[in-house]
Parts: sequence; C-alpha cells; structure tokens
Amino acid sequence: MPESLLSAQGLLVKQGSRSLIHDVSLDLQAGQITTLIGPNGAGKSTLVRTLLGLQKANAGTVTKAKDLRIGYMPQKLNLESTLPLTVQRFLDLGLGKHRLTDATYAKMASACRVANLLDQPMQYLSGGETQRVLLLRALLNSPQLLILDEPVQGVDIGGQVAMYELIVDIRDQLGCGILMISHDLHMVAAATDQVICLNQHVCCSGHPEQVSQDPAVIELFGLQGASALAVYNHQHNHHHDSHGTIIPGQHHEACNHD
Amino acid sequence: MIELLLWPWLGGMLIALTTGPLGSFMVWRRMAYFGDTLAHAALLGVALGWILQINLTLAVVIFCLLLAILLSTLMYQRIIAADTLLGILSHSSLAIGLVIISLFNDQPVDLMAMLFGDLLALGQADMLWISISAIGVLGILAYFWQPLLNHTISPELAHVEGVNTNLMRTLLFVLIALVIAIAMKVVGVLLITSLLIIPAASARRLSRTPEQMAIWAAVIGSLAVTGGMALSWFYDTPAGPSIVMVASGVFFAMYLMPKWQRT
Repeated sequence: MPESLLSAQGLLVKQGSRSLIHDVSLDLQAGQITTLIGPNGAGKSTLVRTLLGLQKANAGTVTKAKDLRIGYMPQKLNLESTLPLTVQRFLDLGLGKHRLTDATYAKMASACRVANLLDQPMQYLSGGETQRVLLLRALLNSPQLLILDEPVQGVDIGGQVAMYELIVDIRDQLGCGILMISHDLHMVAAATDQVICLNQHVCCSGHPEQVSQDPAVIELFGLQGASALAVYNHQHNHHHDSHGTIIPGQHHEACNHD
Repeated sequence: MIELLLWPWLGGMLIALTTGPLGSFMVWRRMAYFGDTLAHAALLGVALGWILQINLTLAVVIFCLLLAILLSTLMYQRIIAADTLLGILSHSSLAIGLVIISLFNDQPVDLMAMLFGDLLALGQADMLWISISAIGVLGILAYFWQPLLNHTISPELAHVEGVNTNLMRTLLFVLIALVIAIAMKVVGVLLITSLLIIPAASARRLSRTPEQMAIWAAVIGSLAVTGGMALSWFYDTPAGPSIVMVASGVFFAMYLMPKWQRT
C-alpha cells in the first residue's frame, strides 16, 4: 500500500442547523490523483477547506502525515487593484524552506507557461493565466500533497485538456498525491485514479470506471455524463498501467440515496 | 520660531513615517472604515480615561486596543455585516464620547483639539510616546512584512503555507489602534484615517512593488505634514486640517498627472 498522506473520518460540517457535508471519509495517498466531483452546492469546496484546516469540522477527524507539506491552489484570488504586485513577486512570496531544486522549478515554470507573465501585475492576468500562476505557486515548496480547487475554472476547452495533462505530469514528476475538485466528468476521468462523488455525503467512490456505472452517479449526472467517465477511463487505464502506478481493486461503495 | 516648531514637526514626521506603510496595508485590505471606527472610538477612550483618572494617551491606547481585538473577533465570526457593525460602533462611540465629555462642565478636555488635532501644542514630553510607538510599529511591520503581505494577498493561501493568520489579523488591528491613539494629537479623531489612507492611495501611482508604495506613502505623508505646518504657520490655519488638505492636494495631483509608469 502506498503511504497515506491525509485521511478524514466521518466529517460533519454545519452552517447553522444545516449540514453542508456529513459522514465524509476519505483517504489520500502519495502518487495518486483523486478527483472530487459533484453538483453545485454538494459541499466540495467545504470539504476541501475542512481538510486544509480553513474550516472547522463539527464532528469527525482529519489526520495528516507528520510534517505534511501541502500545496494549495485556491479557486481564485481577490486582489485589490491598489496592491502593486507582479507575478514574479507573488511567486517569490510563496517561497519557503522546502523549495524545489532549480532544475525542477525551471521545468515546472515552463510547464505552467509563466515566463512571459513574470513582469505583469497580478491583476492584469486572464483567468487561465491566473490559474497557471496559482498552480506554480502551489508547487514551490515541493508539496507532498497538492490540493486544487477547480483548477480549470476560467480556462477554455483546449486549455483545460492541457491543464489536466499538466496535473498528471506534475504527479509523475513530483510523486505527490493530488486532490482536485472538478465539475466536468469528461475531462477529469483521463487524469484520475480515484473519483469521489460528493453530494453532501460520499455517494460513491472508487475507480472512474466503477463510479461511472454507479446508479447514484447516473442519477446525479445523467447517463451520458456518467458514461463519459468510462469512455475516457479506458485510455487512462492503459496509460497508467504501463507505469504501474494504478492501485487495483479500489473499494467501491454505493449508498442509499434519499 | 524654530524651537516652537521643532517638536511638532518632528512628531508629525514620525507619525507620517508610520502611517505610510501601515496605511498601505489599510488600503490594500479595504480597512478605511475600520480605521474610522477606531478613531472615533478614541474619543470615547479619552472620556473613559478622564472618568477613571488615568493618563489620557494611555487610556486611548488601551481602549483602542481592546476595541480592535473585539472588532477582530466579531468581524471574523461574521455575526452581522462588517460595515454595519463598524457603522454602529463608529458613530455610537463618537456620540457617547461627546456626551460624556460635555458632562464635565469645567471642560478638562479641549474638544476641538481632540476632534481636529493640536499639533502645535506638541511638546518634548509627547515625543517620548510618539518615538516609542513609531519605532515599535515600524519594527513590528518590518519583522512581519512577508507574512503580513501574504495574509493580505490571500488569508487562505497564507494559512496553508503556515502563516499564523489569527496573529497577523490581530497584529494589524493592534498596530492601527496604536497609531490612531498616537496620531490623534496631530490631526484629531475626525481626520486620522485620512493621514493613513490618502498618502498610501497617492503612492499607488508611483509604485510597482508593495515596498515602494509603503515608502512613497511615508514620503508623501511627511510632505503633507511639512506643507500643512507651513500653511498653518504663515496663514494661521488649523494645523490638522491643513495637513490633510495638502495630502489630498498631492493625491489629486498624482491622479491628474499622465502615467509615466505603468503600474
């Protein structure tokens, strides 16, 4: 078994008397890409924020590996236009003790295509450019776990494919575990080892192919949406089997839907 | 003339040097209204200090600090909208302060000086307070500059990257409270926020980095203090409002000037 980086048991987060997520358990492992899918308001961001310690859980526990280094890419950045800040400076501000080696940094920076943005003020970046800069910043301190909150938001379709390829590439190069939130099943399946379908609670989880056949997922996304997972999954399986990084026999749990 | 103006000028300069960098943070974080609230509450601090018979400057510092910490907690918990909360506290504390002060018939407190500042009355004794505070505030700002900046850019990112976000938020509030308590002497409670906000806002056009903006804000603030005092000396205008007037003059000049630098 690969090492567990972060696991959560029975998380419950409430806002007032309404529960945003309940009974959520998950396990994130090194070298594995986990995708969190689910409809709007399913509590995906709440779950991620709870794992990061940005939000307190009303019940349940989050256990992290000792001295776990997490790289976090928020969904967006709310920067006042009054703050003069170039991309270069923004990246420099993220440098900590465990920075990447120069060679790896150069590779990542070119993969994120930030070279021609470095002198730009942060506020002038387009949505896609901001995402790439945020991704690079999340990588600066050689994270063991990378958490990406909707990494392709504001990126056009062509860019989305490239972004997911980049994420797989990052996992292969850094060997880190990755948790990402995504809306669309089509794109992510190719880049995912484990899918967790969230709708306040974990509807089902497992390998993309298994999840795509789950009645709960079909109910949430429709038959076409769910089958998209399986179609892309094949290609993905092939790719990763050759690397031997796939963990076979992921458990698959369905739940009784309300 | 020199002896008469030396201490007020030095005191004003020290405060301007402090309000530049601190005011930059307030501009970046949209805290102008927060500053106003603390400033208005300072008047209540004076009134309470008088009732308790303690040193008035000390009373203002303590009261502002307590309020800053209280506000920091309340705003973090988001019980009611931040601007509503600030609006209520800002004006009610100003009103209560004014009422309490008016109850003292012998008027131990010079109300006009409290509201609009009395820079020219600044003496050698006040300089001790001002110097200690200015050096303390600037030292703390310099020491925590990077985490403060990261917290300003994104509290969430900062938290994940290991910054103690509660400490940073509270620290900034406390520094602002301290500077307001001290700067009250210069421009008074009604105009303090302008000394924090206007130089920083004027500096924006000149700066490409946060540090440049902080330094330019300090320079523009010093200019405003010097210019305002000159106005006050030669034309016998009130010093506090004159300083603010010069600062706003600089602000408008900055924005009317053609952009020579893309920022």
